[in-house]
Amino acid sequence: MEEKIRLFLKRKFGDAVLGEDNFRGDQSFFISAESLFPICEALQDSGELDIKFLADITAVDWQGHESAKDGRFEVVYNLYSLSHCYRFFLRVRLPESNPSVSSLTDLWAGANWMEREVYDMFGITFEGHPDLTRILTPDGFEGHPLRKDFSITYEQPMFNWNKDNPPEVIK
Amino acid sequence: MSEVRTLNLNMGPQHPSTHGVLRVALELDGETVVKAKPVIGYLHTGVEKTMESKLYHKALPLTDRMDYLAPMSNNLGYCLAVEKLMGIEVPEKVKWVRACLAELTRVNSHLVWVGTHGLDLGAMSMFLYAFRDRETILDIYEACGGQRMMTSYFRIGGLAKDIPKDFDKRVRHIIKEVRKGLIDYEKLLTENEIFIKRTKGVAVISAEDAINYSLSGPMLRGSGIKHDLRKANPYSGYENFDFEIPIGKNGDAYDRYKLRLEEIRQSFRICEQILDGMPEGPFRAHVPGVVLPPKEDVLHKIESMIFHFKIITEGFKAPVGSVYQAIESPKGEIGFYITGDGTNTPRRVRVRPPAFVNLASLPKLVEGGLFADVVCAIGSIDIILGEVDR
Repeated sequence: MEEKIRLFLKRKFGDAVLGEDNFRGDQSFFISAESLFPICEALQDSGELDIKFLADITAVDWQGHESAKDGRFEVVYNLYSLSHCYRFFLRVRLPESNPSVSSLTDLWAGANWMEREVYDMFGITFEGHPDLTRILTPDGFEGHPLRKDFSITYEQPMFNWNKDNPPEVIK
Repeated sequence: MSEVRTLNLNMGPQHPSTHGVLRVALELDGETVVKAKPVIGYLHTGVEKTMESKLYHKALPLTDRMDYLAPMSNNLGYCLAVEKLMGIEVPEKVKWVRACLAELTRVNSHLVWVGTHGLDLGAMSMFLYAFRDRETILDIYEACGGQRMMTSYFRIGGLAKDIPKDFDKRVRHIIKEVRKGLIDYEKLLTENEIFIKRTKGVAVISAEDAINYSLSGPMLRGSGIKHDLRKANPYSGYENFDFEIPIGKNGDAYDRYKLRLEEIRQSFRICEQILDGMPEGPFRAHVPGVVLPPKEDVLHKIESMIFHFKIITEGFKAPVGSVYQAIESPKGEIGFYITGDGTNTPRRVRVRPPAFVNLASLPKLVEGGLFADVVCAIGSIDIILGEVDR
């Protein structure tokens, strides 16, 4: 299965596959951000490969780690083939400034909330998403909590009326 | 001619049938739902961020606080993911005990579900019977790990302590009691005219849409797709057990109800196979520096004490790399995506919450239907807000 996907990607998107990795049996392909949508579209229509299930979208913030030189953020797409019971990952590296990748909501309706969560937590924008708003944090929340430079102990005053002039206890 | 106006109605966040703090912003045209928008995040506690700031061992108790009705499943997912990251192989007995308790957890979660779903639809007494039987399962949690709900009994590399001596007897007692109970539930709901009217043909989702919405668990199987991670990608010894994957046909709330009851029966089949063939052996893997040594050794051997001390204070360093381990929790595919970066805390812990992904399909289930069926749709997804919001 692994070999089939590799061949499929190589044949159709030769240059777009930047590398691959197999850690503890989890196969992943590093692809360029521009080619994400066409690759996913092709995989969905690939017939016998039968990759129709998008299990998850998530991201990793590599700030402060040596691998951040390829781009600070890594968006991970977790794809699954129901008939072959095979799982693999597509990884996209994004730069620190203005991280953005195309949305997969046109291909999978399930991507909607997953992308919203990644946007909320990491501040990565998904172009073409119909409703890219915060999902877990409240409206008006500032910052993106799962970024490594977001302090875990920082508490935001969440009410607008005293936001600019928070009471002594919060200051 | 007067213009047709729709009514905006907020259901929740404080509403008994939203199972916690789910808010659904509804647009109604009379009794018909035109638009539904689930609004979540009221219970967001930053579980993932907290886990990323803790040592691997110390992040474990957070997992059962997400899905507090299926604590063992979440523990299992996390433990398996860390074991995969560290390349630990656990003893055979641990695998079997874990599988047995994970199946009892499935029964536990399904019992709460069937009770509350009945309650939502007006079958009050169902709740009492289901909770009566669930009590026996909480008792075995207590006997194993000392806690009735937030068990944290599974640890990285094994179990917190050995199973109690009367484990076999207790599990057989549960199987007997709940099997008896299942007859009651069937009588109360399966043939119940009102229940059938309220669930048959309600909250329907086709197989194609179910895949498109990335649904998993009973939501996916209810639409007729035979997919269960226990069979598809076996973990924790499931390849040794013989069981069926029940599937639905119409993808409606009634099929999902029938399917969950059948899953309880299949879980008992697995439990009985485990009890009959339970292997002997240690309850924890021997991996010095990563897996905590058993408590007796810590008290009597200097090396074990040093390892214990080091693991608790410094933890262990994980290799650079990402692993994903998914298991079939009662709600669907719960996956842990853990990225190690060479330090003693994870770079990233992502929980793929089944309830969160399944809940995203709510608009598809209710739009165009009746307002009263929204309650049924929310119930049949089987959400747990602790896990949705994390």
